[in-house]
Amino acid sequence: MSEVFLGMPAHAPADVAALHAARPFPAAARDALADPQLRRNIGAATATIRGKRAHVVAELDDWEQLRLAGQAVKAATMSRLDEHLRRLEQEVTARGGTVHWARDAAEANRIVTGLVRATGADEVVKVKSMVTQEIGLNEALAEAGIAAWETDLAELIVQLGHDTPSHILVPAIHRNRAEIREIFLREMPGADPALTDDPRALAMAARAHLRRKFLTARVAVSGANFAVADTGTLLVVESEGNGRMCLTLPDTLITVMGIEKVVPTWADLEVFLQLLPRSSTGERMNPYTSAWTGVVPGDGPQEFHLVLLDNGRTAVLADEVGREALHCIRCSACLNVCPVYERTGGHAYGSVYPGPIGAVLTPLLTGTAGNPSLPYASTLCGACFDACPVRIDIPSLLVHLRSRTTQERALPSAEAVAMAAASWVMASPWRFGWAGRLARLGRLFARRGRIRRLPPPLSAWTTARDAPAPPPQTFRDWWRENRGQP
Amino acid sequence: MTHASARDEVLARIGHALSGTPAPVEVPRAYRRTGEHPPGAPELLRLLTDRLVDYRATVHAASPQTVEPVLAAVLGGLDRVVVPPGLPVGWRPAGAVVDDGTLSPAELDRVDAVLTACTAAAAGTGTIVLDGSPDQGRRAITLVPDRHVCVVHAAQVVQTVPELLARVDPRRPLTFISGPSATSDIELQRVEGVHGPRTLIVVLVADG
Ligand code: SF4
Repeated sequence: MSEVFLGMPAHAPADVAALHAARPFPAAARDALADPQLRRNIGAATATIRGKRAHVVAELDDWEQLRLAGQAVKAATMSRLDEHLRRLEQEVTARGGTVHWARDAAEANRIVTGLVRATGADEVVKVKSMVTQEIGLNEALAEAGIAAWETDLAELIVQLGHDTPSHILVPAIHRNRAEIREIFLREMPGADPALTDDPRALAMAARAHLRRKFLTARVAVSGANFAVADTGTLLVVESEGNGRMCLTLPDTLITVMGIEKVVPTWADLEVFLQLLPRSSTGERMNPYTSAWTGVVPGDGPQEFHLVLLDNGRTAVLADEVGREALHCIRCSACLNVCPVYERTGGHAYGSVYPGPIGAVLTPLLTGTAGNPSLPYASTLCGACFDACPVRIDIPSLLVHLRSRTTQERALPSAEAVAMAAASWVMASPWRFGWAGRLARLGRLFARRGRIRRLPPPLSAWTTARDAPAPPPQTFRDWWRENRGQP
Repeated sequence: MTHASARDEVLARIGHALSGTPAPVEVPRAYRRTGEHPPGAPELLRLLTDRLVDYRATVHAASPQTVEPVLAAVLGGLDRVVVPPGLPVGWRPAGAVVDDGTLSPAELDRVDAVLTACTAAAAGTGTIVLDGSPDQGRRAITLVPDRHVCVVHAAQVVQTVPELLARVDPRRPLTFISGPSATSDIELQRVEGVHGPRTLIVVLVADG
């Protein structure tokens, strides 16, 4: 490595399995669409959460002002990300924590494994964290002979089911209660054979299963929802209390955090602590939020390590358009409103980050060559933008990535024809607008709001799924009328 | 430069990625920062009660004169109650265990309830904050016992989340509590009571 390359923004390496789809989205989606149980499970769950979210969002008459503030805080933070990270490091260190930096997944895993080994422990309890899924930490720990216990109920269901997460907030959203009961009976040592599939009974079984682990754990690994630069404070937002258990009872706490999670000041949280719970679980406030700064003598872990992770984030930051994807607070609202996600579920995306945000964030992290089909996993209906609490313009990011994909890689196959045509349309604002209005004519051919067949090359899309009928007004037309210039 | 530290490398990457980025925009803060009611207003006490009950917490109203008998009634019949060292002595039930920081998680697991004060509360979201002060104790004592009884004074109750955050010190260990523990992980249906205390009882003390 020569000096010239020091500090060039880098994508997530190709061996980061959780970010690299084994199969292209269209193939994986076709299989998912053939599974009616999966579609029912996800459809029912997302319908429930959409209703709850709508109810609590409507309670706030300043919701749009909060979204605007959230968007602006994130944009301002990114534009000075290095300063904020230096300040965070300084404050955490001053209060007894140790800060580590990791260029990529493998480096972060080495750091965490080394820290756990140094304690002499051979197991850790874990708080649900997207970033440790992203880097494959559990697998790396297992290779080193360290058992990682997931303690979030949905993560536990995924782990016991030898499965992978399919949703950001509720990783086991693809499982219904009957399936969860079977997993528990099969995999939970000492599970009561009389266990019913009542959600309360299932939750109590998980409580009993994990209680002893919590009370005896010596090391915990967590992610973080936010880190406050000017105070060094870290926050974990949760519901069950498994987070509090992990953050409070062990002697050693290791927190792994993507570098984009930092916010400048404590007061900035007054925006995000309103946006996040209402957007994610549809609650006014989640049951528990823990905030801690370094080490507090006599209260909680007496050893605290913070691992700051790049793993492709600097490459996202270097894309002036794509950068906005780093604003994501992982609420999952865009998944819950997405017509594509609702039909395919999360696994089809082949990434730990599924749904609309995954379709942009994953190829931004890996480079579009690593995930060329994901930017097409969308109908560009615009529902994700409307739901996003920090106003990430996912449809525009998808269009941006589609043009990047065709520029960076020659696509094979019939799929390529459709994508090249789409990209040609998407690459120009006027062509895109014109195509959208043309597609609106598709309404004439729709039956009960769904289009069963489209002419080639778009038929490649509709043979695998029903395309939703275009809305009477395109997103862009609506935008022009409601928000001024497109 | 093969041995550049990861720290220097990541910071340099960020520097490259941001070169040419314009100065940050002003953050528009047109959202509601203060509520229409002052701290402790009767409207806020009603709203806080509604929100807590909505999340399946139990709320008992008290006055400065009745707080001790109300607490005695709430804790009556429980054998082992742990309290933080700085809790007002008059609130302590007979035989309470005063936490001296040595009780292990397993010992706390055998306790029936914990009784604490709080730092602040937000009515709009039904949120109570603990900050580890002597009348609230270290975090473990309000986590492991299955029942948490928490005294909230009217003057501690604000309306909005911004007002709440302005009242707490981020450098203290903070726990924001909005109802008993819960999960929505099975078919997104809310079930109250998982790993944290399954029962949350709030004693709301009006001004004298
Ligand atoms: S992109 Fe927006 S809506 Fe989607 S998970 Fe992130 S913050 Fe939530």
